[in-house]
Amino acid sequence: MTGFYTLFRKEWLRFWKVSVQTVLAPVLTALLFLLVFAYSLRGRVEVFPGVDYGAFLVPGLAMMSALQNAFANSSSSLMQSKMTGNIVFVLLPPFSHREFFLAYLLAAIGRGLVVGMGVLAATVWFVAIPLEYPLWVIAFAVAGSGVMGALGIIAGLYSSKVDELAAFQNFIILPLTFLSGVFYSIHSLPPFWQRLSLFNPILYMVDGFRYGFFGHADVSPWLSLAIVGASFFALSFFTLWLIRIGYKLRH
Amino acid sequence: MVPAIQVEHVSKDYGALRALDDVSLEIAPGEFFGLLGPNGAGKTTLISILAGLAIATRGRARVTGFDVVGEYRDARRSLGVVPQELVFDPFFTVREALAFQSGYFGLRDNRAWIEEVMHHLDLAGKAETNMRALSGGMKRRVLVAQALVHKPPVIVLDEPTAGVDVELRQALWRFIRRLNRDGHTVVLTTHYLEEAEALCGRIAMLKQGRIVALDTTRNLLRMHSGCYVELRLDPDRLPAALAPLVAQRDEGGYRLALRDYAELERVLAELRTARVEIQEMEVMQPDLEEIFVQIMRKA
Repeated sequence: MTGFYTLFRKEWLRFWKVSVQTVLAPVLTALLFLLVFAYSLRGRVEVFPGVDYGAFLVPGLAMMSALQNAFANSSSSLMQSKMTGNIVFVLLPPFSHREFFLAYLLAAIGRGLVVGMGVLAATVWFVAIPLEYPLWVIAFAVAGSGVMGALGIIAGLYSSKVDELAAFQNFIILPLTFLSGVFYSIHSLPPFWQRLSLFNPILYMVDGFRYGFFGHADVSPWLSLAIVGASFFALSFFTLWLIRIGYKLRH
Repeated sequence: MVPAIQVEHVSKDYGALRALDDVSLEIAPGEFFGLLGPNGAGKTTLISILAGLAIATRGRARVTGFDVVGEYRDARRSLGVVPQELVFDPFFTVREALAFQSGYFGLRDNRAWIEEVMHHLDLAGKAETNMRALSGGMKRRVLVAQALVHKPPVIVLDEPTAGVDVELRQALWRFIRRLNRDGHTVVLTTHYLEEAEALCGRIAMLKQGRIVALDTTRNLLRMHSGCYVELRLDPDRLPAALAPLVAQRDEGGYRLALRDYAELERVLAELRTARVEIQEMEVMQPDLEEIFVQIMRKA
């Protein structure tokens, strides 16, 4: 347990020590999104009946930031360690593949939650939002960050150069998070795009998370939870297998 | 007694390249063992297999009796590795880096030993310094300290003195010798053969992934019974009969390679006959470096 806990603590401190970059910066980005979109579209868009567009936007922004940062945490930590060679410090100790996976995963979830709560805490001063079902909020925040943390481990293992990871981030994570209904309800899209959106797993994370606040969602929260949960378990088993065989870690 | 390290018919292929080719060796507990060979001979690959950083294509390896694949947790607890590359984690201070490394091995309250290691490696004054701010030599010391935080019975040092100043080198060897006296097995790879000669009780020489010599340092030094004689002559003219013995011609001197001491008598006789006087003469034993070169040439 001590070994696992130490690795988790190291991963936690790794982002916490540079929290201006890893927590404050994404919170500020989310605030800017809110400022630009909420004020420019105020009164013109009503996604959920009786819900102000700014209020609609806040949970989506919080979730998007949480997801992106959970991914960034595990992926950049592993990729940087591999690039600088200091990955050897975690390869020499007697970690089991489960300990290794859990330490990186929990630190990623931790950063996702810290950033998500940061966004909520920063926006609560400007926009009032209800909180109908807190348990749904927590469930989707944890499960969503878990999926992205596991995906981050896969990307970190796969990438041996900065640009490989950047490609992963720019061509997969960013489009999927932006097109996940953070800024709109999928019901406002044309039918084709609506159907296509249903293949985006991040949509279910954002939608379920938002349900916890408004008690209103595009998809049933149970279906969303089932999809997010299934993605989490599938990705986790795949990641565990990659670590066990030492994929791009041990020759 | 269970060997500290046991390597049985280990081969390692990287695609078409065979980095290790059927290597077998055994290192007893408490030995100071040298692993020598030119670049690309497979030294680091062998260390990587012992440390679990690489997986052998064939054969098996054990550390203190534990299989490095099947019983990797026990094997890794028994092993401390100082990697060749000067790697560090830029987010943390020296003390943090050591505390983390100790925690990774499951040790909870290890402060006293961490302080002791820092003291012996002259790191105490830099304990709160960020790793980024350390000089190359200091980073090397931290790498050594990181390998020792869990008090491993077997310590592997992969070229620990490459690019290191004299002072650190001496301090490092004092400390490693002490650990060896206390019962730790030490395995060393180095390009400085005089270090290996002075420190190692036994040596394996590798070339192109194969062991080409494996013996005690003393036996290796004795294996070549020949010697060298350095001469300054007046007049500076070597008799023609001695020309085939010349190993080196320096300014004002000759170095002759002799099969044995008996051949010295013939050299002196030839010089007397040619009426050449000896101004200076020195008889020398070949050192490990010369033996290394000879073995590598033959292999």
